[in-house]
Amino acid sequence: MISIKNLHANIEGKEILKGINLEIKAGEVHAIMGPNGSGKSTLASVLAGRDGYEIMKGSIVFENKNLLDLEAEERAREGIFLAFQYPVEIPGVSTTNFLKTAINQIRQHRGKKSLDAVAFLKLMKSKMKLVEIDQALLSRSLNEGFSGGEKKRNEIFQMAMLEPKLAILDETDSGLDIDALRIVSHGVNSLKSKDNAIILITHYQRLLDYILPDFVHVLFDGKIVKTGDKSLAMELEKKGYDWIKAEHGSLETI
Amino acid sequence: MSTDDQVLEEFTSKEYEHGWSVNFEADEAPMGLNEDIVKFISHKKNEPEWLLNWRLKSFRHWSQLEEPKWSNVHYPKIDYQVLKYYSAPKKGGKIKSLDELDPEMIKTFERLGISLNEQKRLSGIAVDAVIDSVSVATTFKETLSELGIIFCSFSDAVLEHPELIKKYLGSVVPAADNYYAALNSAVFSDGSFCYIPKGVRCPMELSTYFRINAANTGQFERTLIVAEDDSYVSYLEGCTAPMRDENQLHAAVVEIYAAKNAEVKYSTVQNWYPGNKEGVGGIYNFVTKRGICAGDHAKISWTQVETGSAVTWKYPSCILKGDYSVGEFYSVAVTNNYQQADTGTKMIHLGKHTKSRIVSKGISAGKSQNSYRGHVNISKRATHSRNFSQCDSLLMGNQCGAHTFPYIDVENSSSQIEHEATTSKIGEDQIFYCKQRGLDEESSIALIVNGFAKEVMNNLPMEFAVEAQKLLALTLEGSVG
Repeated sequence: MISIKNLHANIEGKEILKGINLEIKAGEVHAIMGPNGSGKSTLASVLAGRDGYEIMKGSIVFENKNLLDLEAEERAREGIFLAFQYPVEIPGVSTTNFLKTAINQIRQHRGKKSLDAVAFLKLMKSKMKLVEIDQALLSRSLNEGFSGGEKKRNEIFQMAMLEPKLAILDETDSGLDIDALRIVSHGVNSLKSKDNAIILITHYQRLLDYILPDFVHVLFDGKIVKTGDKSLAMELEKKGYDWIKAEHGSLETI
Repeated sequence: MSTDDQVLEEFTSKEYEHGWSVNFEADEAPMGLNEDIVKFISHKKNEPEWLLNWRLKSFRHWSQLEEPKWSNVHYPKIDYQVLKYYSAPKKGGKIKSLDELDPEMIKTFERLGISLNEQKRLSGIAVDAVIDSVSVATTFKETLSELGIIFCSFSDAVLEHPELIKKYLGSVVPAADNYYAALNSAVFSDGSFCYIPKGVRCPMELSTYFRINAANTGQFERTLIVAEDDSYVSYLEGCTAPMRDENQLHAAVVEIYAAKNAEVKYSTVQNWYPGNKEGVGGIYNFVTKRGICAGDHAKISWTQVETGSAVTWKYPSCILKGDYSVGEFYSVAVTNNYQQADTGTKMIHLGKHTKSRIVSKGISAGKSQNSYRGHVNISKRATHSRNFSQCDSLLMGNQCGAHTFPYIDVENSSSQIEHEATTSKIGEDQIFYCKQRGLDEESSIALIVNGFAKEVMNNLPMEFAVEAQKLLALTLEGSVG
């Protein structure tokens, strides 16, 4: 589904990603872990097409298309979804109105007719159950005054509505209590299928108790330095990142 | 950051849509302003002696006044002697029915999206159409008159209802009120008059559509709305002008009189030509709008969406004289490129238990300057009164300015005042969030801006709200950052 090769990216002249290689097939769940500042969120932003990142080298091919040629909104319409670590507030715009605009622009792009109000509401009702979100929240201004948990649930609700091929969850578990974590994970698990793929960016093994990854990658200093299965996450939980730093971080100590 | 600016840049560089003009044969006053011109206008309109004298008195007063300098707008000195103060399309003037109207004129208004044909028109709105100095058509006059409602051009009202005009003209905005009001009182040409009798709820929206067409011509219209006891009316005003390189002057006066239990809603979508991207041309919009809640429990509500004009100077106000009367002001002012707006309201509380509410949303883009100026005055007698003010500013890019000048005077201790203000910037974050969900740049900005202005937009009549939303997006097109 997506193939990232030797990806190098800078922010304001500083190299953050230093040669990322990653292959993800449909039906897979990949977890990306790593210490603060290792480049996890940068990778998410680069995949989603955020401005302000310079791609120095490498390629990203998504469903046979060169992703780097596409604008952020075109990537979204092709089926890339980013659940934000810090969802943005848009005063005066309800989630409902926001999603309706988004869905219809995506449908237009795919040559489909706009959803009418009835069909849209029906779709919304069916997806609301997945993340146990209620109508009142969806009528409020997007993310304005939402609790941390509400914001994250709302992100997963949007994912459910937009049905992406590749979903990138950027620290969706941070700031969630156990109940919210369970609800969010349940939502993600029910959206998982053999046709889509998920990238989980997280600090904690805890999330992987709920969403079972096929692969776990450790990102350190802009590179994937280790890949394994869930047991790698368990090992990190026990031993921390120091041993990884010891193996790969010699440059940083200078 | 640079891309952010580019986005803003592109979004704010959209062209003005109504910039064309039509060559009507016009009947014009010679250039310049003096007592003869005032007499010329008055004679053109067959006005009674008392009105001519009122104009002349206003003119003499105006001649002694200085142009006000306190507002936060800057423009070259206006030479009042190089303007024309009267221009009427020749084929306009007196017509008995809409069928006699010059087809060119009907086309002109149709191009603006306004049909003067009653059959084609949505039945909810009656229109008075004004080109330059004269009203050319008023629709649904008969339907309304069955209810005793008078809706006609100001000139017709002077001739047909002199007693009402004499009673109310200048009663809310006196001729000597301020520089531009005095100028208007001397040379006002046309406008609309609307009278709602006691106990009548006007069944349709009344609207006036103003169009400046001729070059080098000022537009000075005058609108007077009188709502008797227990009546209700909702009134809309729209305006456009051709694109011209020189600046044109628009100095209007609107007066509203609301008697006991009467309610008047006045909505404006102001889209005068704002000048080009370099700040050349555009309308100078100096307007005095004021309403008086003369009776107890009266209510006046101003809603304005200001997107046009090179310079705007405008403070729709309420005098809350009756006890328990209510004044409201909802405003969205958008400035782009080199536009300047200094707008806000005055709420003068005189009666007991009076309430006022101010919601002002300023959106600045390009190199524009946008100021809110408001005055809340609660007099000694106005006990147990309340005011709530909210002023929010949204900045797009980093070359524009937003300013807030709230003045508050409270002379008793039983009244309450609240003032809230925020300033925010359309963030790259917000735009990226929208784009990540599949929205293109323009839709993202339109969504964010309309969300910001929602509280005000909600107060517009339905048909206007849709237009106003599009206008907001259009005005800001090419300008995010």
